[in-house]
Amino acid sequence: MLTETIICGFGGQGVLFSGKLLANAALMEGKELSWLPSYGPEMRGGTCNCSVCISDDPIGSPLVTAPDIVIAMNGPSFDKFEPMVKPGGIVFADSSIIDRKSTRDDITVYYIPSTEMAKENGLTGMANIIILGKVIRECSDNFFGIDYDKIVSVFEKIIPPKKAAMIEKNTKAFKLGYDYEK
Amino acid sequence: MERVLMKGNEALAEAAIRAGCKCFFAYPITPQTEVAAYLAKNMKKRNITFLQAESELAAVNMVLGASSAGVRTMTSSSSPGISLKSEGVSYLAGSDLPAVIVNVQRGGPGLGSIQPSQSDYWQATKALGHGDFQLIVFAPASVQETVDMTIRAFEEADRYRMPVMILTDGFIGQMMEPVTFSDETPKIEPKDWAACGHKGGRKHNIINSLFLQPDELEASVDARYEKYETIKKNIHDAEIYMCEDADLVITAFGTTARVAKSAVNQAREKGIKAGLFRPKTLWPFPVEELNAACKTAKKVLSVEMSKGQMVDDIRLALNCRIPVEFFGRNGGNIPTPAEILDEIVKISERGL
Repeated sequence: MLTETIICGFGGQGVLFSGKLLANAALMEGKELSWLPSYGPEMRGGTCNCSVCISDDPIGSPLVTAPDIVIAMNGPSFDKFEPMVKPGGIVFADSSIIDRKSTRDDITVYYIPSTEMAKENGLTGMANIIILGKVIRECSDNFFGIDYDKIVSVFEKIIPPKKAAMIEKNTKAFKLGYDYEK
Repeated sequence: MERVLMKGNEALAEAAIRAGCKCFFAYPITPQTEVAAYLAKNMKKRNITFLQAESELAAVNMVLGASSAGVRTMTSSSSPGISLKSEGVSYLAGSDLPAVIVNVQRGGPGLGSIQPSQSDYWQATKALGHGDFQLIVFAPASVQETVDMTIRAFEEADRYRMPVMILTDGFIGQMMEPVTFSDETPKIEPKDWAACGHKGGRKHNIINSLFLQPDELEASVDARYEKYETIKKNIHDAEIYMCEDADLVITAFGTTARVAKSAVNQAREKGIKAGLFRPKTLWPFPVEELNAACKTAKKVLSVEMSKGQMVDDIRLALNCRIPVEFFGRNGGNIPTPAEILDEIVKISERGL
């Protein structure tokens, strides 16, 4: 099995960090994986994305051109990557920022107002973690059984002790998205 | 050994420290900068020197100085910066000095783009600087291979007293993959040729690339070329994938080989007998391995992130025995598996 994911949005929304969380969870599971960021001027204020491939076998092309899963955090990214999703694939869209809906009937789309949810809960800047909560809730099987507890243990592993407060904040944001019903 | 997640550039820097690199000199350039950033962060606690030079020319000449003094040394850059370093690399080669040169390639010519490219193949394998000389060139296709090849590059550089290049690209440099490091500490042989302090204990060593007498220069170049013959026998490596019965062999190195492998798998699903040949050493070119991989091949397709550079070496190595076609993207674009598959299908439909 190979799961190819694109996480995309504005620079500063934490899309690369969300990808790193998935990559680290896959590493802890002993899977093969690659994490490939877009780099350069597009990171600075423009759109930004990363490709994450997770598999039982060595990864071929690390650049994802037909994703199984897309996590879109802004309109331009949604417009660019939603058409590229494989039939049967899944899109997660931040509906606080993305005002349109998918017209495709061969994919599943979840709309999560994650930026608003972040603001309402004192978690500004953590919409990426909220939406990731929903992703793991719906797609644990696609991610080789990476579940709630495993992502929380990744927070504990990669956030340095001197920023321990961030572990709690990330966990809170992640749970908020995980429990989001719709 | 613990698997850790690292960017190609950071892993390369860590490998250099573990290989005993003591002096690193560089000037920042995207997409290579993480090499310098990692070494800057670690220099104090790992006891290495990193000096950010005022220019690429300065950096490569600092490498020449450190190498002359007998320490393991490295510089890294990306395409335009490597062009600036070419004079110094020629001096390193002409002085028979070991050094590791890293090129995290980006699109060219000129300032080009900051996105990945493979259009410095000719420069790396044929003419990185003036005069008759070669570099040993390793082409990693993963973060793990970047580590293994960097460690080997330091060993081969010392063994043959010559500059060795790691030819990678923006993709492999920026990508994170799991990687493991061996705990072995390298055995570094003392360098009896080095121009280091000896308190008058022996006759002084001279590091030099200037020979005003034609016969002396010729003798020095000829001796170096004899060494190259030994290297050609000892260093040649390639990955051969599904070539046993292949009608069409795809040749690609580095990042492009990863993409091509996905295309080969998809072609096989369509019933096209495709295989992949990936040189891991670009100089010396793995001629025997290519011929072995192409035993049943009716056609060869070279896929590169350039206008077609390695394709020349493929034709030479095959002695033009098999028709060789080319497909590439350039400017910082990466061929997709679908694009390569399209080419494979087209070639197969025209008849193999």
